[in-house]
Amino acid sequence: MNWNSANAASRLDHAGFLAERGQNLLLSGARVIDPASGIDAALDLFVEKGKILKVGKFKKSDLPKHKTIDLRGKIVAPGFVDLHVHLREPGREDKETIWTGTNAAAAGGFTAVACMPNTDPPLDNAGVVKWVLEQVQGGPVAVYPVAAVTVDRAGKNLSDIGDLHLEAGVRMISDDGSPVADAEVMRIALEYCRIHDIVLSTHSEEKALAGKGVMREGEWSTRLGLPGWPSVAESAMVARDLLLAEFTGGRLHIGHISSRESIDLVRWAKARGVRVTAEATPHHIALTDEACASFSGNTKMNPPLGTKEDRKAVIQGLKEGVIDVIATDHAPHTLEEEMVEFSHAPNGVVGLETAVGVVAKELVAKKILDWPDVVRKMAVAPREILRLPAATVSEGEQAELTIIDPEATWVVDPEKFLSKGRNTPFGGWKLPAKPIGIVNEGWLVLAPDARMLVS
Amino acid sequence: MALQAKHLLGLKDVSREDILSILDAAVSFKEILNRPIPKVPTLRHVTVVNAFFENSTRTRISFELAEKRLSADVVNFSSSGSSVSKGETLIDTIRNLEAMKIDLVVMRHPLPGAPKLLADHCDSTVINAGDGAHEHPTQALLDMMTIRDVIGDFDKLRVTLIGDISHSRVALSNIFGLQTMGAKVAVCGPPTLIPRHIERLGVTIYTDVNEAIRNSDVLNVLRIQKERQDGGLFPSIREYHALYGITRERLESLGAPKDLVIMHPGPINRGVEITADVADGPQSVILQQVTNGVAVRMAVLFLLAGGTNELE
Repeated sequence: MNWNSANAASRLDHAGFLAERGQNLLLSGARVIDPASGIDAALDLFVEKGKILKVGKFKKSDLPKHKTIDLRGKIVAPGFVDLHVHLREPGREDKETIWTGTNAAAAGGFTAVACMPNTDPPLDNAGVVKWVLEQVQGGPVAVYPVAAVTVDRAGKNLSDIGDLHLEAGVRMISDDGSPVADAEVMRIALEYCRIHDIVLSTHSEEKALAGKGVMREGEWSTRLGLPGWPSVAESAMVARDLLLAEFTGGRLHIGHISSRESIDLVRWAKARGVRVTAEATPHHIALTDEACASFSGNTKMNPPLGTKEDRKAVIQGLKEGVIDVIATDHAPHTLEEEMVEFSHAPNGVVGLETAVGVVAKELVAKKILDWPDVVRKMAVAPREILRLPAATVSEGEQAELTIIDPEATWVVDPEKFLSKGRNTPFGGWKLPAKPIGIVNEGWLVLAPDARMLVS
Repeated sequence: MALQAKHLLGLKDVSREDILSILDAAVSFKEILNRPIPKVPTLRHVTVVNAFFENSTRTRISFELAEKRLSADVVNFSSSGSSVSKGETLIDTIRNLEAMKIDLVVMRHPLPGAPKLLADHCDSTVINAGDGAHEHPTQALLDMMTIRDVIGDFDKLRVTLIGDISHSRVALSNIFGLQTMGAKVAVCGPPTLIPRHIERLGVTIYTDVNEAIRNSDVLNVLRIQKERQDGGLFPSIREYHALYGITRERLESLGAPKDLVIMHPGPINRGVEITADVADGPQSVILQQVTNGVAVRMAVLFLLAGGTNELE
């Protein structure tokens, strides 16, 4: 199934969403937050054929035939972009497909995702990347494939990075879970990426130090008798890559940063003018290694959940701006894979459908970030990093919008996810805000409980 | 008196009252073991599976004896290597055994948390017989029973675990259980064999074995496994013995008191972590530990199977 199929919207339909294309829309009374144009005010928007035609106060009687959505008390922002997801296709369609993953993205309020190359075959050539792009043609969620740094993600020979960019539009490369171990290869990759200003995203892990670790090494790994993954396995690699980025002038993005020392290093590097950005995940924002005491596979990730001090540093880093982006590292797995001993469970959790709610609970409700900050970290900065044009809420622009209800309290029920993955540590959590829809590529997707806003 | 919990997964959350109930019951069972017919019909209606996913001689035999002394029906299941490598999950393996109508699973598994996985997803009562470097509650209980036999009281007692704390299956249960009973626990070994931030568990750390000995009433000497040296965690067995080996000579040169208690969970590497003159010497209670193991396991089985009445 892909977005060109006749019943492409069936997964959303089946889950009770409103999903349709080609309607003119009057979005009425929402708080529009658009950092690029400096707007933060209650406004009306009129969207015709996927384009923003009017912003502000305008006569409604002259408008062509349209649906009106009453968004008083809701937030409308430039579409959120998740810089770090695993769509699993091609290769592991039992965990997720491009179609189910982008359905989950739409349900989670994302209009675009950057998907990681650890597929089978890996995204290391323009042919595979173009195939991925074909699957999302015509859909409501854009996909920016992240191509492999090296052929087969083997850390030896560079992929055809220029060809990937020119032929398949690749804007970011990463070997993700198989970080480039050879410092010389990393140096060359960073240098080579400068031709097209491509950003190199890292999963920072010195494998020799991480060893057989399955959770953060510290008091809790000691209490649980589980092999520890020391924070220095991340920070040592972050230090190396920051120095290489400075030396080469290449552009580096530190994925899912998780330890205090790594964040201190990025702060230091930014002060020196290194071209670096960093991202944090909702699970590293919300949880600590203590969660592993459940021995549930849903608390096992790589990098592992950090200590209390690490979590504090992640939150402080977001507040200060050392960490630019919130991305989910959405990593769906099957139930069968999760119902095993902790050490055998695969790394990673799903995140697309809980990200906005968890961010609201952990950062907005606790007054660490306000909603404009969240829009910057989930919509503005990801686009800047990908060198995409800003998705501004201005007349004449394409409508690429995320709609959030900042007052909707809801309880996470993994059975209701549109992702195939149910592996979340947030099942049963009560969250204080909810993404209720997106507008993109002429589509309107609205959550079941938001359908009543339409007239 | 019955226990508060359905399972015995570890000692971390077991109350002082429950530990005392087990130790008291164990004293009664030890008496039975010394009778001409060392057997009672208490668990005649109970079927126990000893599921051992890792090699173990001592613990498996000790449990099996305990079960048989209580007249339970006993089935042994062992499989080296993980269940996953055989293609069947741990949960499926145990559910299949449960379908044959069993009551209690005694499980040894190389991976921490495996007994909790069972307790969460299966119906049987689960007794953890060691899950990797996590817990091994019956070993700690038999150690505590032995300490009580010899010394009588845990209050402010200084117990030091010496050796490979990181990979030991008995260290954590000893720490949790002894602390609950009021003892002061320390660990001693090279920093490469001591898990990070163990001091946050309220444990004192010694890297100097002489200092540890001078500050202890009980030494619990842990086995050094050869594969740790292969992993490069210390330079050589020879050096380990020189730095941390418990020898008669070392004890005498330190003027260690005659009533210093020497324990070892076995199996012993004679000449590595402990020399024969200490292991077989007057301060050693190593064989008493083994005897107490059967009694403690009888007590745990009895209490978890719902035993509340006094023994006949």
